[in-house]
Amino acid sequence: MKGNEAVAEAAIRAGADGYFGYPITPQSEIMEYLMEANPQAKTGMVVLQAESEVAAINMVYGGAACGKKVMTTSSSPGISLKQEGITYIAGAELPCLIVNVVRGGPGLGTIQPAQSDYFQAVKGGGHGDYHLIVLAPASVQEMADFVGLGFDLAFRYRNPVMILSDGAIGQMMEKVWLSPPVERSKTVPEWATTGKPPSRQRNIITSLDLDPAAQERFNQKLIDKYNEIREKEVRYEEFQCGDAQYLLVAYGTSARICQKSVQLARKEGLKVGLLRPITLFPFPSKQISGLAVKADLVISVEMSAGQMVEDVLLAVNGKTPVYHFGRMGGMVPTPEEVVEFLKSKITGD
Amino acid sequence: MAEATGIKDYIKPENLVYKRTGIMTENVLHYCPGCGHGTVHRILAEIIEEEGLQSEAIGISPVGCSVFLYNYLDIDWQEAAHGRAPALATAVKRLCPDKFVFTYQGDGDLAAIGTSETIHSCNRGENILIIFINNGIYGMTGGQMAPTTLPGMKSSTSPLGRDTRLMGYPLKITDIVATLPGTYYVTRQSVHTPANARKTKRAIKKAVQYQKLNKGTCFVEIVSNCPSGWRMTPVEANKWLEENMLPYYPLGDLKAPVDVNAQKPVKSDNND
Repeated sequence: MKGNEAVAEAAIRAGADGYFGYPITPQSEIMEYLMEANPQAKTGMVVLQAESEVAAINMVYGGAACGKKVMTTSSSPGISLKQEGITYIAGAELPCLIVNVVRGGPGLGTIQPAQSDYFQAVKGGGHGDYHLIVLAPASVQEMADFVGLGFDLAFRYRNPVMILSDGAIGQMMEKVWLSPPVERSKTVPEWATTGKPPSRQRNIITSLDLDPAAQERFNQKLIDKYNEIREKEVRYEEFQCGDAQYLLVAYGTSARICQKSVQLARKEGLKVGLLRPITLFPFPSKQISGLAVKADLVISVEMSAGQMVEDVLLAVNGKTPVYHFGRMGGMVPTPEEVVEFLKSKITGD
Repeated sequence: MAEATGIKDYIKPENLVYKRTGIMTENVLHYCPGCGHGTVHRILAEIIEEEGLQSEAIGISPVGCSVFLYNYLDIDWQEAAHGRAPALATAVKRLCPDKFVFTYQGDGDLAAIGTSETIHSCNRGENILIIFINNGIYGMTGGQMAPTTLPGMKSSTSPLGRDTRLMGYPLKITDIVATLPGTYYVTRQSVHTPANARKTKRAIKKAVQYQKLNKGTCFVEIVSNCPSGWRMTPVEANKWLEENMLPYYPLGDLKAPVDVNAQKPVKSDNND
């Protein structure tokens, strides 16, 4: 099935309580699939087409505040519109899942795949000091798997989770193994606003605190949470890194291309390895640093003007030269292009 | 010869005629003297108490003067982003259909930045109650022009008075939502006199009952004042409200449910 369809089916099977979306290419299949599947009649999952991305993310905010497993999906211009809601959700410490099937930008841009929303996804995106947990699938299988994982992480840390995909993974068709369905949870988290029984104090979901000292304490609490996430939730995959003299760092679609580049280069005798970050926040900095000190050079390969390369640079911290190779605007690099770029850096051209 | 009596001798349960509603918390209201918010809060609290809705109620508070509404009513609250309360309420009600879900929003929140959320939630007929406080001004940010500011009315961003040629006309959003098939009960009330406050209470109480029927959105506008923003005393503000706001925003039901059996409008005591 398509990557987008896999997200939709996985959401039903993960026991999601609600989906709120607004159509935008290249991810409209998600809501189309859900409307067709009509999970409301089977699991009771609410699926609603909102009047805008702004409304959709605020529906997610309201649903998440009730302790429900809720999600939205969109593509780059729509994700920009959702940023207001996302920062409120992060500020209110609510769990939810957001899927961005990235297309090239800025502005209305193109509808072809890109990785140009990296900064927006991993550095916060909206106003204020916060982070999302960001998962980067490189296959349709991972599109499906990360839905359940995303909900788990969102509830474990009471933090919004984003699946940062792109138009290629959303549209491509692959075989998928789908997890067996789980029932929708009946447990109500103690912080959820579902009506105040006499047994507890009233719950208030808010991100407002006019007292600067209290707000700073809250910011510190968030930092502590993000540090715990950095410690426990880093996920990555190494491909032929054992003896790598040259290290490629790439995620998502770029990582699939780079895997091919590694094979091509190794045929020519070049000891190339690939580190694929699976979590972009938290970023596998230690792992990249560890491999970089043993390598002659590091290349960050992205479908962007060079965004993740900044995190690679921070991880490597000057110990090894770091380069960026990227295509933009919906152009996807070929494995050969990556190898050519690598060779040019080896020879110092 | 009768014993001398003190005030303490009168403080007995049988003499109690008025008390703080149990749903109101002991937090001191932050509103300016004469502001209508306190009255509407009290009305809401009374209704939630009288209807036994404390464990059912989920309120969505806005951005504006009533942003801290969640400090005053002892129920579960969600604090929305500016204008987005009906979107939150939509999801809350759909995910928790047995709960009593309401938003409380000012004119800037509901009729400017949140116009889209307001109209579309009403148009979908979400089974929620929207309480709309219209005082024709942005109170919290210091008295700027609102979408409902009257023609010629002065505010900090219309210091010479609202010039409709440049700034457009006051938006009668309540009239708009009354035209939408998704709304079930749409009314405009006020709390500037005790009689009007009682009518407002009856209107909100009806809306609470209607939500149980799952027939669509109930929308209660309350024309209110802003003595600070209007630069008036509370008494002057209420007089000004009556003389200027009410002619533009006439009170009464804009859409009242039809009795299904009788096929005629339900008798309403909320029309002036």
